[in-house]
Amino acid sequence: MDLTRTEVTGRTRGAAARFGLIALPVAFFAAFFAYPVAAIVARGLKIDGAWQFGRIGEVLAQSDVRHVLWFTTWQALVSTALTLLIALPGAYVFARFDFRGKQVLRAAVTVPFVLPTVVVGTAFLALVGRGGLLDELWGVRLDTTVWAILLAHVFFNYAVVVRTVGGLWAQLDPRQEEAARMLGASPLKAWRQVTLPALAPAVAAAALMVFLFTFTSFGVVQILGGPTFSTLEVEIYRQTSEIFDLSTAAVLTLIQFVAVGAILVLHAWTVRRRETALRLVDASVTARRPRGAGQWALLGGVLLTVVVLLLLPLAVLVQRSLDAPGFGYYRALTREDGGIFLVAPIEAIRNSLEYALAATVIAVVIGGLAAVALTRRDAGRFVRGFDALLMLPLGVSAVTVGFGFLITLDEPPLDLRASWILVPLAQALVGVPFVVRTMLPVLRAVDVRLREAASVLGASPWRVWREVDLPMVRRALLIAAGFAFAVSLGEFGATVFIARPDNPTLPVAVARLLGRPGELNYGQAMALSTILMVVCAVALLVLERLRIADRTGEF
Amino acid sequence: MVGTLAACGSSDGGQGSGDSKTVTLVSHDSWAASKGVIAAFEKQSGYKVNVLKDGDAGQAVNKAILTKDNPQGDVFFGVDNTLLSRALDNGLFQPYEAKGSEQIKAEYRADRDQHRVTPVDTGDICVNYDKKYFADHKLEPPKSFDDLVEPQYKNLLVTENASASSPGLGFLLGTAAKYGDDGWESYWKKLKANGVKVVDGWEQAYNEEFSGSAGGKKAKGERPLVVSYASSPPAEVIFADPKPDAAPTGVAEGTCFRQVEYAGLLSNAKNTKGGKAFLDFLLSKKFQEDMPLNMFVYPVREGAQVPPEFVKFGPQAKDPETLDPAKIADHRDQWVKSWTSLVLK
Repeated sequence: MDLTRTEVTGRTRGAAARFGLIALPVAFFAAFFAYPVAAIVARGLKIDGAWQFGRIGEVLAQSDVRHVLWFTTWQALVSTALTLLIALPGAYVFARFDFRGKQVLRAAVTVPFVLPTVVVGTAFLALVGRGGLLDELWGVRLDTTVWAILLAHVFFNYAVVVRTVGGLWAQLDPRQEEAARMLGASPLKAWRQVTLPALAPAVAAAALMVFLFTFTSFGVVQILGGPTFSTLEVEIYRQTSEIFDLSTAAVLTLIQFVAVGAILVLHAWTVRRRETALRLVDASVTARRPRGAGQWALLGGVLLTVVVLLLLPLAVLVQRSLDAPGFGYYRALTREDGGIFLVAPIEAIRNSLEYALAATVIAVVIGGLAAVALTRRDAGRFVRGFDALLMLPLGVSAVTVGFGFLITLDEPPLDLRASWILVPLAQALVGVPFVVRTMLPVLRAVDVRLREAASVLGASPWRVWREVDLPMVRRALLIAAGFAFAVSLGEFGATVFIARPDNPTLPVAVARLLGRPGELNYGQAMALSTILMVVCAVALLVLERLRIADRTGEF
Repeated sequence: MVGTLAACGSSDGGQGSGDSKTVTLVSHDSWAASKGVIAAFEKQSGYKVNVLKDGDAGQAVNKAILTKDNPQGDVFFGVDNTLLSRALDNGLFQPYEAKGSEQIKAEYRADRDQHRVTPVDTGDICVNYDKKYFADHKLEPPKSFDDLVEPQYKNLLVTENASASSPGLGFLLGTAAKYGDDGWESYWKKLKANGVKVVDGWEQAYNEEFSGSAGGKKAKGERPLVVSYASSPPAEVIFADPKPDAAPTGVAEGTCFRQVEYAGLLSNAKNTKGGKAFLDFLLSKKFQEDMPLNMFVYPVREGAQVPPEFVKFGPQAKDPETLDPAKIADHRDQWVKSWTSLVLK
């Protein structure tokens, strides 16, 4: 009898704790994502109080829309395959080889991932466009072809594969493969039967993330694709922002929602598979200097790819920013011109840092709470489903969220339209998934018995967390914060929608400068892009330092 | 840092448009005015001006329509003749005849029965050319729409997507005005056959593809003709360091389409009195003369002086194409649709 009662109270207390942890993330997600998005979709589909579900069929029947759907899927598939093809050798090299400058390089290849697409599109045109490197060397120009889009997607997502797959690869015990070789297996067979199965879920997870990012690609397609190529995301933007056909936009948003939901469910499934017990070792003991011509050639090949495909476009930005004598464009940034910004462009740097800092705090609190709730053993089906739900903002168009903010957050108690907090809130929406994905695997890896032992010895849940979990996840927490910070710095889509004129962020300032004629404006845009790039690179480099010898999550 | 954030949070409290001491202007990213001119208005009227810039012109109008029941401000500036009907049909504005309206050149006035909008500025969308290219190739730059389909200008022109960009749409409307409902499509067929290139937005066209702009030179742009504004050549001078004696680009005068930008008092504005005062101010000589160098547009008020750089490097077209906003309203969507399938597919 007694036992049962304890069990029941224990369960109730567990449920209460679980609810406490999950309440804030749920409320945040409901108020700043679900409600605004639902409201703008409803505005499009509800005409004079009646739902117009017939619109779904009508929109799908249009050949233009079907063409967009087909192109979206097709280019995402090809982009994903190409990214895996080019980045998997990179993942191997970064995981298994030890070479000078590895940390700097790993930070550098991640920079494109957090840079805003306005910057990247311009940089990439300089590589594959007219007068770009390919043009000068071989007379090859890709700026009007689909290849420019595909290569830019590789540029953007290289880091996703290197970090997700490479991170795990570095921790796989190489002795297992060696043992198989010892038993007479060929190198290929040993790899196929030992390493590949262990890596497969990570590869699948990375592939799905790349597919998600390329399926919802916006800036790259808009800038490099010209008016002839359009993804679902670009089309949602056009229908909402230019043509103002909210009902078509709403239908397209729903279609994208379903697609993204399916991708995320698959992703959650592969991630869970990945978390099945693997024999993991410290990453620092698995890497060694390359041996033999083959390994050196592989390293050389990967480095060459990184230089040509990732570093060169970034270098072009730097070069263009220095095109005026005596750092002229940089000096111009400090001038106040009353025109575009009401403040000197240099102020954008401080705005960006402040916004990103606020966004990071929000993302870490919300994402951290969610991750802790999700790791509890008693987490129910609802809580586990929430995991995938938190990723949804990555796949919903910024313009939908932005328009949603406009029509929902306009009344007390949530009258935030004129408040600075709106920008960090929108940025945190994109940061939370990264925090969750970084924290979750680490939290799940904490031995449950440690927690149980602490509990048995009378520690409160809070104390258990502080004494058992926190020391083990402190680094992961810092890395999550750093990633959220970098992602917030580069966030453009939602920010441009809600940023106030007197407080532009770096990406917004770059876009506005590019929107005006004149050499100084163009030069200042390049200079600001370079500054943004350097700030992101420094943030990521700090992360690399933290990352050493630690088991971290997916990023 | 935290201090600054807190400060900017607290200052918002007083900036709501419900405050009768503040008048809030909602506009697009291109809004700009000299600080001194705004300060003079604030001093004379007693209102503090708060500006909300809200994306490009189309986006700003759309956002204003979405929020019209609970608007973000009192006055909206920046709806042009191509989008005017969308704003009026959706009931964005309430009537007010601004002081000084009688000084506006007649051709710019619209909605004259109800006075829901006040014209503020005007600008021309025209083909710009790269002077150096045409000098080097010993070729006369084109002068008119007709010239653009001539063989000597094959593969030289870049324009913007009419469904996504306002200069792109303006250029399409210019051809529709010039060649009429029956003729513009066949004109575009010829233009397409003559190798016109279409990119998505003005930024790509002007900064990447056009060989005459500062950005385009760096990007090794190779098209010497671009659809831009009549005020782009003066901008190439004013935003250069050191400033050249002559603009590197010129305007093909017979390819211009006239845009007019309007402002209006938002329906449900909380500070209607302040909003009206601000509309009066937009038509004042002081503001009208301050505008050109800030927004690169021309005043609508008779007798307002235009800065010398404008007269010298970017004179207003003498005989631009124009279209009645009502006609644009009736045909815009259909024209853009036909244009898209004709030119992009």
